[in-house]
Amino acid sequence: MSAPAALHPPAAVLEPRPTQVAMEGDEMVLSMGPQHPSTHGVLRIVLKTDGEVVKEAIPHLGYLHRCFEKHAENLTYGQVIPFTDRMDYLASMNQNFSFVVAVERLMGIQPSEREEYIRVIMAELNRIASHLVSFGTYGLDIGAVTPFLYAFRERELILDIFEAASGARLLYNYMRIGGVMRDLTPQMLDKVREFVEYFEPKIDEYNELLSFNRIFIERTASVGVLSAEQAIAYGVTGPNLRGSGVQFDIRRGDPYSIYDRFEFDIPVGQGLHGTVGDCWDRYYVRILEMRESVKILRQALAQIPAGELARRPKTVKPPKGEIYSRTESPRGELGFYVISDGTTNPLRVKARSPCFTAMSVFDELARGAMISDVIAIIGSIDIVLGEIDR
Amino acid sequence: MDQIVPAAHGLIAWLAIHVWGALGLLNQLPGELFALLVMVVVGALMLVFLSLLPLFFVWLERKLSARIQNRLGPMEVGGFHGWLQTVADTVKLLLKEDLVPAGADQRLFKLAPMLAVMASLAAFVVLPFSPWLIIADLNVGLLYVVGVGSIGVVGILMAGWSSNNKYSLLGAMRSAAQIISYEIPILLSLLPVVMLAGSLSTRTIVEAQAGFKWFAFANPFMPLAFLIFFIASLAELNRTPFDIPEAESELVAGFHTEYSGLRWSFFFMAEYANMFVSAAIATTVFLGGWYGPFAAGPLWFLLKCFALIVLMMWLRWTLPRLRVDQLMAMCWKYLVPASLVCAFGAGTWYLVINHLRGGTAGTFWFWS
Repeated sequence: MSAPAALHPPAAVLEPRPTQVAMEGDEMVLSMGPQHPSTHGVLRIVLKTDGEVVKEAIPHLGYLHRCFEKHAENLTYGQVIPFTDRMDYLASMNQNFSFVVAVERLMGIQPSEREEYIRVIMAELNRIASHLVSFGTYGLDIGAVTPFLYAFRERELILDIFEAASGARLLYNYMRIGGVMRDLTPQMLDKVREFVEYFEPKIDEYNELLSFNRIFIERTASVGVLSAEQAIAYGVTGPNLRGSGVQFDIRRGDPYSIYDRFEFDIPVGQGLHGTVGDCWDRYYVRILEMRESVKILRQALAQIPAGELARRPKTVKPPKGEIYSRTESPRGELGFYVISDGTTNPLRVKARSPCFTAMSVFDELARGAMISDVIAIIGSIDIVLGEIDR
Repeated sequence: MDQIVPAAHGLIAWLAIHVWGALGLLNQLPGELFALLVMVVVGALMLVFLSLLPLFFVWLERKLSARIQNRLGPMEVGGFHGWLQTVADTVKLLLKEDLVPAGADQRLFKLAPMLAVMASLAAFVVLPFSPWLIIADLNVGLLYVVGVGSIGVVGILMAGWSSNNKYSLLGAMRSAAQIISYEIPILLSLLPVVMLAGSLSTRTIVEAQAGFKWFAFANPFMPLAFLIFFIASLAELNRTPFDIPEAESELVAGFHTEYSGLRWSFFFMAEYANMFVSAAIATTVFLGGWYGPFAAGPLWFLLKCFALIVLMMWLRWTLPRLRVDQLMAMCWKYLVPASLVCAFGAGTWYLVINHLRGGTAGTFWFWS
């Protein structure tokens, strides 16, 4: 500003780009991502900080957008299912489940009893696997490296079961309109029983190692407090909502499939170590949910009937109409709004992503927090970019 | 063959006579020159030892962390549990491109790792491995070690500033604040030791612990002083739970983000050498140095250091990390008052017992 006019560079060069240092007083603009060890996926967050304290946190999404909804308009209903896998790739079974339930409701059909039980078993196993990843990576973000490896050790057993059932370790494409791809053999069911017995005591191990660790509590308690009113106003669902004390779970509140036959609790955050709705609550709700999933698995394994799988409809042609159908994925309310025009291809498929709404409340949570707390908050809302961007 | 063997015998005999004679001449060297010679020889030995030390500790860390995490660690390189892994990694680092980021301050960037290493190597001078295996027994040994350790902070700040990178700068600032703050509990927790031994010289401090009178149990306040020293030295070393400056998940790699190849390995080596120095100081002042139940000597010193280092590594892989303000709060609100209490308490204990014994001078252990 003190140089003579003739030496001023042209205006285009003078304009500050948001990722460069824009000095307004002590303000610093920091770009976290899109490649960053702690944002769970390709997420870019532009932080405006005053020293260590965050004044504004703007997430930039879209790095993983793959035009899922546009693709769905040109595919048959059966062909859409693998695309749903890839939305939230950590909870593939649940994504499949949600979509096939939506189409089945539109068509007015139901799979056989055995298939319903198989679906529930797969969905709950995947819930455990997804929560294990969330638990492990959260510890990693906070600095505890070891729980991550223990979580993945358990998850390997689940992935082995999935590999035996569907052939794949991560993206299963297992459920079909009107049923599932393949029956489970008695050996596979035994493996699930073995896993359930092996896994339950491990949850206590995780609690000892991480959940009740003094340093972990200091890092996460009373950080990123999301009040119940805020959560409902923003449309947050799933463990994030339950962490704020609201006891709402679609498996109980708006039951689908055969969930009304099982007895399980809905854990909510109670502010045991800080404020209700802080990061620790959201994290602990997930740990408790793993226990509940184990309960459901036990009941499903005991009740599963023998029998053949029903014949699935050969061509899927739902009658003209539209439906919004929702299920409880490990990250919240996963909804599909399907409009059918009577042909084999849907007219429109809209996916309601729970992580997207969770991300929308991120700016409010991050204001006034320190940069280390931003990491803790992102980990506690457990996002998967594949689902946010679709 | 018939001619070589007697010739060889003759050569060895000649060497033996003359070298032995030369060694005998050493007795006649003036005192200072002899001391200098010892210093040079021991220093050379130490330097060799120091170069191999980080190699061993890196391998140990990888194996230990692997076992804690339910996996194996290095197994291939060199055959037996990958003991040559670090050597292979060092060779790889040597072959990397020497990258200095554009816009970085060239001279500072290149100087920073050297300062960091220099600070940690300089501290080895007063470590008493055994009564004679010490490079120089300065009579201000303890003060010297703490003073020289502070030079490392300058190296870190230089690294962070000269990298021309926001993340590095943040990391360097955090690190500098952390290290400077934690030097106070270290100094204060060493105060009772100096009171008990009556000297700052490391050799004297160890000799005062002869006969199992380890200072760690010399009075009820000393275990606390030991604990404070251990925790504060973890913070000095930037080890978890105090590794906020190198927090991978937050700042990529903190102040050494922009360093690669040999320059980065200097920082790495400095960290492990510093770990050894901290463990060695703790052993010297609290755990009785080179004394052991039998055959007192450098082996016991190394064993005790080793135990402390294993403990440091164990903590790193078990605990999460503290946030930077919690870190500072821990230092100023908890460790500093606690170490003041220790220093006060130890001094009071000494005075009271001394009075009860009728004012007999001399240091003592507990009440004997």
